[in-house]
Amino acid sequence: MATGLHKSDFQNPVIRWVDARLPVFTMMQKEYGTFPTPRNFNYFWNFGALAMVNLVIMIATGIFLAMNYTAHTGMAFDSVERIMRDVNYGWLLRYAHANGASMFFIVVYIHIFRGLYYGSYKAPRELLWMIGVVIFLLMMATAFMGYVLPWGQMSFWGATVITNLFSAFPLVGESIVTWLWGGFSVDNPTLNRFFSLHYLMPFVIFGVVFLHVAALHITGSNNPLGIDPKGPQDTVPFHPYYTAKDSVGLVVYFIVFAVLVFFFPNLLGHADNYIPANPLVTPPHIVPEWYFLPFYAILRAVPDKLGGVLLMFGSIAILFVLPWLDTSPVRSMRFRPLARPFFAVWCLCFLVLLYVGGKPPEEPFVTIARVATAYYFLYFLVILPLLGRLERPLPLPESIARPVLRGGGPLPAGAMSKPMEKA
Amino acid sequence: MSGFRSLRALVLGLGLMAGATPALAAGEGVSLPDTRFSFDGLFGHFDRASAQRGFQVYKEVCASCHSMHLLSYRNLRQLGLSEAEVAGIAATVQVMDGPNDEGQMVERPGRASDRFKSPFANEQAARSANNGAYPPDLSVITKAREGGADYIHALLVGYEDPPPGVQVADGMHYNRYFAGHQIAMPQPINSEGQVEYHDGTKATVEQMVRDVTQFLTWAAEPELEERKAMGVKIIIFLTILGGLAYAVKRKVWHDVH
Repeated sequence: MATGLHKSDFQNPVIRWVDARLPVFTMMQKEYGTFPTPRNFNYFWNFGALAMVNLVIMIATGIFLAMNYTAHTGMAFDSVERIMRDVNYGWLLRYAHANGASMFFIVVYIHIFRGLYYGSYKAPRELLWMIGVVIFLLMMATAFMGYVLPWGQMSFWGATVITNLFSAFPLVGESIVTWLWGGFSVDNPTLNRFFSLHYLMPFVIFGVVFLHVAALHITGSNNPLGIDPKGPQDTVPFHPYYTAKDSVGLVVYFIVFAVLVFFFPNLLGHADNYIPANPLVTPPHIVPEWYFLPFYAILRAVPDKLGGVLLMFGSIAILFVLPWLDTSPVRSMRFRPLARPFFAVWCLCFLVLLYVGGKPPEEPFVTIARVATAYYFLYFLVILPLLGRLERPLPLPESIARPVLRGGGPLPAGAMSKPMEKA
Repeated sequence: MSGFRSLRALVLGLGLMAGATPALAAGEGVSLPDTRFSFDGLFGHFDRASAQRGFQVYKEVCASCHSMHLLSYRNLRQLGLSEAEVAGIAATVQVMDGPNDEGQMVERPGRASDRFKSPFANEQAARSANNGAYPPDLSVITKAREGGADYIHALLVGYEDPPPGVQVADGMHYNRYFAGHQIAMPQPINSEGQVEYHDGTKATVEQMVRDVTQFLTWAAEPELEERKAMGVKIIIFLTILGGLAYAVKRKVWHDVH
């Protein structure tokens, strides 16, 4: 073998020739083939792969939609309807793209909850977690700009309300808003730049997802027990074990997705967005898409505009420092009897905020939003830091293999009856 | 076991999210009467005879004020009209075309490829002819209103005398289902036999309203039949695939558990 060539293990001469010069096959084999993965994942560990698939679906459908879309205030709405009517399977592309955004957020929210419950943000995975928060922020920006493109009433007024948030900042606020708009109101320049950025951002997300996965493959995955694998008995190769398990989750995901696209394509949207944008008519209730509602509720819970904006951004920014706010050395909440109920209440608060975010800003919703917002922050800023000191965690299992194999110690394969799968 | 528990939690979570959503958009006002249309449900389809009658109602009643500029006459083929019938319908309108080789705009009879001709040249003309109110374009109206077809049906039959003590503004009409109850549009479908159906169907108010709702739903979602039929096939396919994927997963994991 000549110097400078990678020593390839592949037998096929063509693959071997390429692999010796550019070891992508070796890399794939290492990262997705033999990659040692904890053997005890539950189905919550499907959601990272699902998010990846979802991103690809969004980019694929989006590219074809962009071929038929016109980014002009006078033509955007009709061009979207032309896609629905005259483009071959245009309705499928558009409904898959619109509902794909909702699916993306469902998947990512579950993925984040998974991380919160099993302590996936703790050392050594802090940076992996922070990169994930960056992806979440990029997703939000992308989704927001995408919703503006059909140029319906909610597109226009949503864009007006959200961009106007920046005017809350003293001194520079108004200038920032004018700069974002490219003019003195949400208009054609705004639509054009949003289209351009909406096309760009998914590829930025793709790049950051690559970093997310690269970081994951350095630290290895967390697992439901939150303890580190201690040897080969605690792991299985990614393929075929988790490719098979992810496939199951993927099909379930596609079923939910298909039910939305084919039978309730407009359930998660807003009827007002089928009315062309009209700067002279304000809809009675301006609400963002459902996946922004928890944060919209936090924004409106504060009587002061600047305070609301800061708290809203703070509610996501706080996730960046979460690895250092949670002082408990135990990762998985399975072994944290006190943290578990507090986290359950936090999840409830998130869903409550999602609900009241879509309600008009009146009683009792305002008070409910304030209580839920207070708890949202209290959980991160007070409860988690204190719990690490006060809580007495349950004893951790010795290794991953032990509790999985119930009786303890390795047993011959098939020696136990197992009526249910128990990953 | 825990795998099953978490899967159940996931389904529950999804249900919660989906359940929360219709509530957050629930409009104000009265609940709509439940109307069963042929296009409801998993296997929904359009009742073509009804939609054709609905087109007649649109043409003879609604079209004097409401445009449907996203539809072309050729789209009517989908409702079962023949090429000749569509050409005949299109030819009844005069369309401005051009400029021709001399640079002149010319009027010509409509063709199947033309969009439905709008009753007014622009929004200002429409408002000026309608006491300042703008009759909205009806191309996607069932998608553009909370409640969809049920709402359109309810609105059209919802005209009644105002309850005692309610003052209706000049040129406005009381409607049970309209937001704020005061609507500029006078009851458009108001008397039996207003439209003379060619197929002998008795043109009661309810019949005409149902027909035009059928037509408007088709106009807003012409893909509905294809979409639902494809959905049924895909769900069946995915269910089988899911069973296979699960069996493969069990087999692969057999020696690990």
